[in-house]
Amino acid sequence: MLTVSILKNLSANDICAIVLIIAGLFFFFTSTVGILRFPDLYTRMHATGKGDTLAVLLIISGAIVHHGLNLNSAKLTLIALFVFIANPTATHAIGRAAYRCGIKPWLKESKCTNPGEPHQ
Amino acid sequence: MLTTVYENLIVQTVCRIMVPFIQIYALYVIAHGHYSPGGGFQGGVILTASLALIFLAFGQGAVTRRINRRLAVILASAGVFIYAGIGLLCLLLGGNFLDYAQLAKILGVTIPRARSLGILGVEVGVGLAVMAAMYSIILDIAGSPAKPETKSRPISENKP
Repeated sequence: MLTVSILKNLSANDICAIVLIIAGLFFFFTSTVGILRFPDLYTRMHATGKGDTLAVLLIISGAIVHHGLNLNSAKLTLIALFVFIANPTATHAIGRAAYRCGIKPWLKESKCTNPGEPHQ
Repeated sequence: MLTTVYENLIVQTVCRIMVPFIQIYALYVIAHGHYSPGGGFQGGVILTASLALIFLAFGQGAVTRRINRRLAVILASAGVFIYAGIGLLCLLLGGNFLDYAQLAKILGVTIPRARSLGILGVEVGVGLAVMAAMYSIILDIAGSPAKPETKSRPISENKP
């Protein structure tokens, strides 16, 4: 079988990289589901702000494991650091701006007739 | 001048940490433009992005205090002048426009080295021009800085 022979030839490095990247894809998937299914801005941001940061970190660390230690993985580390700082800050800024604009958080009591629509 | 913006400690601190690195990266993109993807345009836009970040976090006064509209126009003209000046210098030295090999006569270096230096000079000129032009576009979009802060309404006053 082709897949069996591919799996036999994998080194420990490759397996680590594959596991990390698949974990990253899983978090991307969950945050995408969150942004599609959650009712308002705050909950959607809650889903993507954390999920995307973790997913990018996992995928980049998978790439670092795949590359080993060289200049490329150093650059990837810098990218990961940048995303790790910038992404939560941007989420915070958007959430704060939305709050100051007066967007009301979604509550279970408020009659939201169409759950797919953002609540005003 | 806009003195009180929506001040936010987290955004301002992160901005203060990241802006120097963004600008160093922009200079790297400009200087490394003839070996890797990038160059004057991309580096100039990244420089402008760092200025836009300061604008968003600290308000319009913080950037116009560093580079005002006059200086932006002067920098854009200087960038175009560097670009066209290097091109015309090559023309005066007997080559075509932007024929960097002719620069070897006045720089006193080998021809490949002169080409590399000529490209670097042109990239710097393009970077300056793009940075200043994008910056003045951002200032024009932002409009006049005279409006003071309006108080944000508390959430309970808004109707759902």
